Amino acid sequence: MLEIKNLHASVEGKEILRGIDLVVRAGEVHAIMGPNGSGKSTLAQVLAGHPAYAVTAGSVTYLGRDLLEMDPEERSREGLFLAFQYPVAIRGITNAYFLRAALNAARKHRGQPELDPLEFMDLLAEKLRAIDSDDSLMQRPVNDGFSGGEKKRNEIVQMAVLEPRLAILDETDSGLDIDALRTVAGAVDRLRRPDNATVIVTHYQRILNYITPDHVHVLSEGKIVLSGGKELALELESKGYDWVRAEAAV
Amino acid sequence: MATRQVRRPGSATERYVAQFDAFAADGARGAPAWLKEIRSAALARFTELGFPTTHQEAWRFTSVAPIAETPFAVPARRAGASARRVAPLLVPVESACRLVFVNGRYSAPLSSAGDLPRGVRAGSLAAALDSEPQLLEGHLARHAAYAANPFGALNTAFIRDGAFVHVAEQVDLDAPLQLLFLSAPGARPTVSHPRSLVVVERGARVSVIESYAALDEGIYWTNAVTEVVVAEGAHLELVRPQREATGAFHVATTHTLQGPDSVVRFHPIVFGAALTRHDIVSVLDGRGAELVLNGLYLLAGTQHADHHTVIDHAKPDCQSHEFFNGVLDDAGRGVFNGRIVVRPGAQRTDSKQTNHNLVLSERARADSQPQLEIYADDVKCTHGATLGPLDAKELFYLRSRGLDPGQARALLTYGFGAEIVGRLRHAGVRDALDRLVRDALEAPMHRGALL
Repeated sequence: MLEIKNLHASVEGKEILRGIDLVVRAGEVHAIMGPNGSGKSTLAQVLAGHPAYAVTAGSVTYLGRDLLEMDPEERSREGLFLAFQYPVAIRGITNAYFLRAALNAARKHRGQPELDPLEFMDLLAEKLRAIDSDDSLMQRPVNDGFSGGEKKRNEIVQMAVLEPRLAILDETDSGLDIDALRTVAGAVDRLRRPDNATVIVTHYQRILNYITPDHVHVLSEGKIVLSGGKELALELESKGYDWVRAEAAV
Repeated sequence: MATRQVRRPGSATERYVAQFDAFAADGARGAPAWLKEIRSAALARFTELGFPTTHQEAWRFTSVAPIAETPFAVPARRAGASARRVAPLLVPVESACRLVFVNGRYSAPLSSAGDLPRGVRAGSLAAALDSEPQLLEGHLARHAAYAANPFGALNTAFIRDGAFVHVAEQVDLDAPLQLLFLSAPGARPTVSHPRSLVVVERGARVSVIESYAALDEGIYWTNAVTEVVVAEGAHLELVRPQREATGAFHVATTHTLQGPDSVVRFHPIVFGAALTRHDIVSVLDGRGAELVLNGLYLLAGTQHADHHTVIDHAKPDCQSHEFFNGVLDDAGRGVFNGRIVVRPGAQRTDSKQTNHNLVLSERARADSQPQLEIYADDVKCTHGATLGPLDAKELFYLRSRGLDPGQARALLTYGFGAEIVGRLRHAGVRDALDRLVRDALEAPMHRGALL
């Protein structure tokens, strides 16, 4: 589904990613872990097409196409979803209105008829039920005045509605208390299907107690320095990132 | 527009003195003595003040030279337009009554007075002055001060007609009362001075729509004053869509006076006119009163809109929430001056003010000035203003959800309007205004050459 080869990227002339290689297949869950400043969020933003990041070398193939040639909106319509670390507030636009616009953009792209407000509200109710969420946020402006937990939950609602093929969750666990974490992680787990894939970008191991990864990668200084199974996350938790740095140096 | 105006004092006002003399000799003759006195005093004040210039602080950003220099005439009395032409200018919402005024005068044939419930009176001010002047004497021209406001003084000198709304104690009316002030511009520039009074008695609840629009394009000047009195425990929602013609000058004062525990929600929304100047004075004159002053201006071409607001916390335990948003395209220019006064003894005042401007073009401009004058010590007052183009983070967020850049820009722009319109309580009026905002942001007319 996703194949990253020797990816280099920089922001404002500073190189952040220094040769990432990663393959994600349908049905898999990958965790990308690493200390602050290792390039985790940059990788997520580059995959979503943030214009501030310049790709200086390497390639990314998504569903057989050159991802880097695609505009951010096309990546989204083709099923790539980034749950933002810092979701953005949109003045005056309700969540329901925004979600319908986003879903219709994707449906139009796929040649499906657009949903009118009533059809959309039915679909939204169904999606909310599927992830065990209520509709209390839906008539409020997007992320405007939301608590940290509400913002993260809102990203997952968007994910549920847009049904991505590849979801990248950027620090979705950060700032959540244990109950909120369980809710968010449970929703993500329920959205897993054999034909989609999830990449969880995180500093901490704890979200992986709820979503079991197939592969764990450790990012340090812009490169994946270690890859392994789910047990790697636990090892990291007990030994810390310094251990990885030492291992990588060997 | 000249920034420096060299003008002999009084020269621009002479025309209006002559119009007043004709008015006093004819149409105003039958008025009660108290009103004649008010009119004469107001005219005298107008001639003393003259038209303001940009050297005066309150007019720094807004030149009214085009108004002072245009020879506006009194409009000829005309039979009025057809109902067919008026219909699209009404706000499309089920209304308790629809009162239509043409060039400042009530038009019975164009109005539908409706079957108003007992205790609700809505009609022509001129008719009320004829039949029951005692109903008006306590309020008309008693609230909106004109000593420092030449346009208010001029309107007061020409008080003749406009809307008079009176809602008796405890009446609760869901359907809005709709007032439509139309101009019918002719070959020569004309001026009208609509004067309205809205009185909501104790415990009553009502919504009023006060619209301004035109039957044709043309150069004209609307010089309006509306006084609003909301008694103890009463609720008023006042929605004011201004959709004047693109060549129009719109100058207005709205003065609201609130009693204890009353609630006023006032939504002035500017779509039209080449030049708009709206002075809003809101006096919270009873403990526990609440004001929501929630305005929007959508400007393009060379449209200019200036809002000067004064929220006067005269008594303790009052709340005011002031929100003004502007969307400025082309060479549009928005001016916002928001003064909050907290009088001595007005303890536990809770006042919040925001002014957000979306500047879509390099030639557009916004000026925002908060002015806080606080003479009590136990108060909570916050204010904030922003201006700038669309936010890159917001644009990327929307694109990452599948919207193309054009859709993302349109959605973010609409959000500035939707945030304001979303605060309307009356659902029918809110939906209608939402449609007007969308149409305005989509219409090519919004970016047509103006002035």
